[in-house]
Amino acid sequence: MYPPSLKYTKDHEWLDLAGDRGKIGVTDYAQKQLGDVVFVDLPAVGTKIVQGQSFGTIESVKAVSELFAPVSGEVVDVNASLKEKPESVNANPHGSWLIAVKLTKPDEVGGLLDASQYTDLVKS
Amino acid sequence: MDQPPPLKKTPLNSRHRASGAKMVAFGGWDMPLEYSGITAEHLAVRRTAGLFDVSHMGELEIAGKDALAALQMLCSNDASKLQPGQAQYSALLTAQGTFVDDLVVYRLRSDHFLLVVNAANIVKDYMWMAERIAGVGDVVIMDASSRYALLSVQGPAASRAVQPLTGVDLASMPSYTFAHGEIANVRGTISRTGYTGEDGFEIFVPPQQADRVWLALLQSGGDELTPCGLGARDTLRLEAGLRLYGNDIDETTTAVEAGLGWIVGWSKGDFIGAEALRVQKAKGTSRKLAGFELLDPGIARPGYEVYATNADGSVGKVTSGTQTPTLKKSIGMAYLPQANATPGAEFDVDIRGRRTRARVVPMPFYKRSSS
Repeated sequence: MYPPSLKYTKDHEWLDLAGDRGKIGVTDYAQKQLGDVVFVDLPAVGTKIVQGQSFGTIESVKAVSELFAPVSGEVVDVNASLKEKPESVNANPHGSWLIAVKLTKPDEVGGLLDASQYTDLVKS
Repeated sequence: MDQPPPLKKTPLNSRHRASGAKMVAFGGWDMPLEYSGITAEHLAVRRTAGLFDVSHMGELEIAGKDALAALQMLCSNDASKLQPGQAQYSALLTAQGTFVDDLVVYRLRSDHFLLVVNAANIVKDYMWMAERIAGVGDVVIMDASSRYALLSVQGPAASRAVQPLTGVDLASMPSYTFAHGEIANVRGTISRTGYTGEDGFEIFVPPQQADRVWLALLQSGGDELTPCGLGARDTLRLEAGLRLYGNDIDETTTAVEAGLGWIVGWSKGDFIGAEALRVQKAKGTSRKLAGFELLDPGIARPGYEVYATNADGSVGKVTSGTQTPTLKKSIGMAYLPQANATPGAEFDVDIRGRRTRARVVPMPFYKRSSS
């Protein structure tokens, strides 16, 4: 269910780490809670994001939710395809990255949850 | 500390939960928000048909020799136009012409009417009417809500799902008429009404039989009938330009401002709110409810402030807003100053600090093609 290759937060974001860069998305649990996603508001390339703070919003038909940064960093890429197909967050949450960042505080990764810890979190 | 009262449950509550519906508190009720997803349910209603549990709605009955006279005084629309077997959209108004509630009046017999009212307003409406009919004469009002479950089958395939279960000839029923009969071997009333902008039926049955009728409908409809929740009901009604009590109309907005002059019986005698509405109709109002679409991405949600383009100072508020599955646009309703409310006029919505351009468009946003 939750890929072991990803790291997770209690706010239901995931981080796909490769070297000093990571892609960020929302978990399957998050997309289920949201319902049909219709709009994702993301920061521009170059924006600095801070762990635990909001970097954007995700809207479903019924609700709008903040997106919280799993790590601190600088945005190096934004998934432009979500503008046209925001519903791919529902269809493929762990494959639909929102932004890619260059980590500025790599040791923050150590505090994130692994797949089994996250699975326990959303089960309870 | 006061505990909020426990949520009320419709007779289908355990069916919804057993089916895995996502539940939500609405108007004091524990209701299904969605079954398979708002978008999928919405599109199913536009393309084939959807099945909704709307048993939370209230049913008030008014009966007696003077029942019509009482309704003519209490309700905005002209109930004398109704023959037994016909229904009519109407409203309870204050003396200021604002909404106590909006409702559908069914004429059961010449001296007996059924009013279907909003779930959150059942007690308020009952008290409002009971106080005001005391002097009218031979008329009683009764809250019969617990005697009815209400199922709604909506969409172009609605007749195909319902007809096999009933001897009532649906093809001969015009819109806003109803008939008593049996459905899935249960005695009930079938009404050609709804809240989605589609053809459809609302089916009144005894609560004890609701689950049986629900299952029979799903079986009869097969692939063409999708169980739906309140989420899709809201996006469907908004596309169809239908007002929602508590959002688009309430005790601070009048029937004229809300664009509901067509449910006012202007030529009937006096009724509560008539004087205020006649003044507004003659002199005009400073604001009105307008439909809009956003020109930039985002959703304008209820309560968001509205501004004239590139100007400070709020001029109104969004009352409803969503991304429509059918039209793939972000639409909504807002009370706007008359000068900003004509189709084509542009204004700004403050979406969490971001000014987003919107354009007034005519309502309804969606109109079904006539078959």
